[in-house]
Amino acid sequence: MATALFYILALTALAATGMCITRRNPVHAVLYLVNAFFALALLFYLLGAPLVAAWEVIIYTGAIMVLFLFIIMMLELAPDQPVQGAGWRRWGPVVLLSGVLLSCTLLLLGLDSSGADGLPHFYASPRTFGYALFKEYPLAVEIVSFQLLFAAVGAYYVGRVDSRKQRPETEREDA
Amino acid sequence: MIVPLSHVLGFAAALFLMGLACTLARRNLIMILIGIEIMLNAAGLAFIGAAAFWRQVDGQIFVIFLMAMTSAEVAISLAMVVYLRRQKTSLEADAYDGMKG
Repeated sequence: MATALFYILALTALAATGMCITRRNPVHAVLYLVNAFFALALLFYLLGAPLVAAWEVIIYTGAIMVLFLFIIMMLELAPDQPVQGAGWRRWGPVVLLSGVLLSCTLLLLGLDSSGADGLPHFYASPRTFGYALFKEYPLAVEIVSFQLLFAAVGAYYVGRVDSRKQRPETEREDA
Repeated sequence: MIVPLSHVLGFAAALFLMGLACTLARRNLIMILIGIEIMLNAAGLAFIGAAAFWRQVDGQIFVIFLMAMTSAEVAISLAMVVYLRRQKTSLEADAYDGMKG
């Protein structure tokens, strides 16, 4: 059962990634990539990593892909001509992929977590995971936190609007 | 292990190649970043598969470090996308060929 689910989810992830990398419209690409990430999160759960699966959904699809969508919308990168073709051609692939993911999730809920047919015997609970992380890699956790701080400072520095350069332009527009 | 490790690694390799093709073939900066995301996720899948194969939690821990690295990379690169868009008013990678000989 879990083995069959693995191959179905792998095919779903491959199809969603294939659709993602061939789209012209970046918004469509990001939405297909979200589908692929959901499939990958279910795969992580099947491989005994429930915490990483949750973080895949929270961090990748909840934070990073939404950031991509915000930037695409802010810069108005999506082409503004309407999409060509019949309705099922536009909506069919994403509805099909989402339906497969939803049914796989419901099947996973029904799996027996201790039986031979169910989840794998290797299963890293959040407690095991946290002990291993903070006992064996405390220095790496510190380095990663510094890296995130530097990334935030760097993003602010790169994205800031230079007041000395901007002011003459606005004055010219006013005059 | 519910499937052989080689199947997980083959699947991760296929995902990685798709991301590589997207990074190399597309000209839009946003699509190049999306290709890099796909490649990093394929690497994470290989880590998780190896962790399940050897029954060690270390592979999963390194996926967490990978995710933190990806968040930092996306924050910086999207800020650079906004900056470059202000400079050239285009996001095609060919617009940034100012350093060619």
